[in-house]
Amino acid sequence: MAGDIRLFDSPFASGAAIDAFAAAHPQAGGIASFTGQVRLEGDVLALELSHYAPLTLPGMTALGAEVQARWPLAGLLIWHRTGLMRAGEPIVLVAAAARHRRDAFLAADFAMDHLKSDAWFWKREQRADGWHWIEPREQDHADLARWRDSAA
Amino acid sequence: MITLVFLGRLADQAGGAGRQVPAPLDWAGLLGVLDSGLAVQIASDRVRLALNGALLADKTELQAEEGDEIALLPPVSGG
Repeated sequence: MAGDIRLFDSPFASGAAIDAFAAAHPQAGGIASFTGQVRLEGDVLALELSHYAPLTLPGMTALGAEVQARWPLAGLLIWHRTGLMRAGEPIVLVAAAARHRRDAFLAADFAMDHLKSDAWFWKREQRADGWHWIEPREQDHADLARWRDSAA
Repeated sequence: MITLVFLGRLADQAGGAGRQVPAPLDWAGLLGVLDSGLAVQIASDRVRLALNGALLADKTELQAEEGDEIALLPPVSGG
């Protein structure tokens, strides 16, 4: 089961995607999903996410395979935006369908931590005084490290 | 020619997302075609190289030929 792994250069509807994903996996007892959206912040006018096509989607696909190897899932969805975004638009949607809820929660959590620190995306914010590149956050690396420490 | 692709903040510093340079090109040659500020950054451990979409484990072993694409990848900011 390959999973539904996609990059979008225009907005997607997170709620409709989760509904369709749940309907496609009637054998799953639970769906855990996470939607990341562009945060409304005082002086941020827009957010731009760039990627490198030869690495980014293949990297997401490899992550999907790793998630499915670690947890018994009925289905996995990883959608990610690129391009120019405004506050409130979804950036990322991860959904995991499993027979039991714990596998779905953990799979979605693991996928998000790896997307946040490992995926081939570069982000910049437009403020009144111009564009600013966003540096990696220490917290994202700490979030990733807990999966290695636990060696689940 | 070889295509250089600059990602993230490196595109700002290079003055554009892409550039063509003559083939062939090795690691010393790559540093030589970049301006010195950019070359220092590319040499740092935090910048990785991909040749035709494959990450190089050791970027100093770069060997690019006619038609190849070299991507210069600064640390990601996360999804």
